[in-house]
Amino acid sequence: MIARRPTSWHQWLIIALALFLTTLLLVIPLALIFSKVIEGGWSLLVQNLQEDYMLHAIGLTLFVAVLTVPINMIFGILLAWCVTHYDFRGKRLLTTIVDIPFAVSPVVAGLCYLVVYGVESSFGQWLSAHNLQLMFAWPGILMVTIFVTVPYVARVLIPLMQAQGSDEEAAALCLGASGFQIFRHVTLPNIKWGLLYGVVLTNARAVGEFGAVSVVSGTIMNQTLTLSLLVDQLNNDYKTAAAFTAAALLAAIAMITVLLKNIMEWRMRVSQAKAAEEAGAVFNKRNA
Amino acid sequence: MATKTLRFFNETPVIPGFSLSFGFSTFYLSLIILLPISALWLYVSDMSWAQYWQAISDRRVVQSYWVTASGAFYSTVAATFVGFVLAWVITRYEFPGRRLIDALVDLPFALPTSVAGLTLATLFVPGGWLGQWFAGDGFIGQWFGPEGLKISYAYPGIVLAMTFTSLPFVVRIVQPVMEDLGAEYEEAAQTLGANKWQIFWRVILPSLIPATVTGASQAFIRSLGEFGAVIMIAGNIPFKTEVTSLMIFVRLQEFNYPAAAAIASVILLASLVLLFLLQLAQSHLLGWQRNKK
Repeated sequence: MIARRPTSWHQWLIIALALFLTTLLLVIPLALIFSKVIEGGWSLLVQNLQEDYMLHAIGLTLFVAVLTVPINMIFGILLAWCVTHYDFRGKRLLTTIVDIPFAVSPVVAGLCYLVVYGVESSFGQWLSAHNLQLMFAWPGILMVTIFVTVPYVARVLIPLMQAQGSDEEAAALCLGASGFQIFRHVTLPNIKWGLLYGVVLTNARAVGEFGAVSVVSGTIMNQTLTLSLLVDQLNNDYKTAAAFTAAALLAAIAMITVLLKNIMEWRMRVSQAKAAEEAGAVFNKRNA
Repeated sequence: MATKTLRFFNETPVIPGFSLSFGFSTFYLSLIILLPISALWLYVSDMSWAQYWQAISDRRVVQSYWVTASGAFYSTVAATFVGFVLAWVITRYEFPGRRLIDALVDLPFALPTSVAGLTLATLFVPGGWLGQWFAGDGFIGQWFGPEGLKISYAYPGIVLAMTFTSLPFVVRIVQPVMEDLGAEYEEAAQTLGANKWQIFWRVILPSLIPATVTGASQAFIRSLGEFGAVIMIAGNIPFKTEVTSLMIFVRLQEFNYPAAAAIASVILLASLVLLFLLQLAQSHLLGWQRNKK
C-alpha cells in the first residue's frame, strides 16, 4: 500500500484526528518535561546535575546497560541461529519461553528473583553467609534488567534470519568455511542492522526499567538508585525540579532511541530491498 | 543419540554450531527465566492452602484485581482505537507530519515508565496544562459537576497511563499488515460497485482483524502488568486506585513475603495463560486468514 495525498474532506478529518491525538498524548508530555527544566533555569539544572545522587544514578544506569546489552546480544544471536538453521523438536517451546518476560509483570519478575537469591531462600542464606549480597545491591538490579530485556534481540533476529534462509550459509559450508567464519562473513553482514535495532531496544528498556528494579533495589540513595528509580524517589520527596531533571535526561535518551530506531528500520528495509534486487538480478541472468 | 521411533531432529543439521547455540540458549533460558519462575511456585507451594487463600482473597487485594482488570480493559479499548487511527493515517496518507507521528509512536516504549507517569500526572492535575480543561470550571470538566473530572491521582489516571504505555504495541503490530494490504482488493471491490463504507467494513477491516486482535491482546497483557507509570499517577488510595502489582509491593514492604508471592502467583498465572491463549489464537486466526486467501 503506497501512501497517497488525501483527496476528500473526511480523509483530512481523520488526519486531523491523528495529529490531535499525537499532540495530546505524545508531543505535549515531551514538551512538559523539557519546559519544566527550562523553567528552573540553567544554573539550577547544572546544580541538580552535579548532585552526588544524580551522578551516582547516571553511573549505575549506564553500568547496568553496558553489561546487559552485550550479554543479551550474544544470547539473542545464538537463539536466533539455533531456531532458524535447524529443525528439531521443541523449537516452538523455545520461542514461547523467550517471550515470557514480555508477558510477566516486571514486579512479579523482581519478586521471583528475590525469592531465589534473597535471604528467604536457603541459597540466599548461603550467599549471605559467604558475604555475597546480590539482592538490594547492583548485581540484583543487573539480573532483573537482563530478565526483562531477554526477548528483544532474539525477537528481531528470528524473523529476519528466517526470511534470509540458510542457503548462503550452506554455500559457505561447501566452500570449507568453519562455523564461526560462516557467522562472521555470511550471516553477520546480513543481519547487522537488525542486530543494532535489537540492541537499541534492549538498551532503551535496560535504561528505563522501573518495576522489576524497584523490587530488588531497596532504594538506597547513592547506592542502588537507577535514574528511573531516582525520578520516583525525588518526586516522593517533593523535589520536583530535580525529579524533572532526571526525567529530562531519560527523555533525551528516549528521543535518541526513537531516532536510532527509525534509522535502523530504514537501513534494514534498504538492505532487504537490495538483497531482493540482487536475488532478482541473479534470477534474471540465469533465465536470460 | 536419536532413535528411529522418536527423533529429536526433524531434519539432520547441516550448518555447524548446533550444540553451541542450542546448549547455550537452553541453559540461558533455564537460568534467567525458568529457574526464578519455578522458584516462585515452589515458594508458594510451601504455604498452606488456607494461608494462600487468605493472602489472595484479602478484600483490598480483590479490589485491586478489579481496578487492574477494568483499567486494562478500558485502556486496551482506547489504545486500540488510537493505535488503529494512527496506523491507518501513517500507512495510507501522505501529509506534513506523517514521519513525525510515525517516529513519535515509539516514544512510550522508549520513555521509562516512571518518567511517563510523572509527566502525565503533572499534565493532568487540576491546575496542569491539560488538567485545567477537566477541572470544575474547565470546558470539559464542567459537564462532570462542580468538582470536574479528576484524572491525576484517581482512576481515570490509571486508564490514561496504561493507554499511553501500551499504544506502541497496537500501532507496530497493525501497521505492517496495513502496509501489505494491496490496493487490488479495494480496486476490485470498487469495480464491483462497492461504496467506501462497504469497502472498509467488508474488505479492509476483515483482513486487519487478526493483527488488531493481536495488538489489543498485547496491549492488555502489558497493561495488566504496568507498574511504574500507574503508581506515579494513581494516587494509590486503598480499595480505590491500587493496582495488583502495587499490592505485591505493599506486602513486600510489610516484609510479608509469602503474601506477596501468593499475589504474584495469581498475576503470573493470569499472564502466562493469556500468553498461551494469544499464541493459540494467533495461529488460529492466521490460519483462518490464509485459508481465506
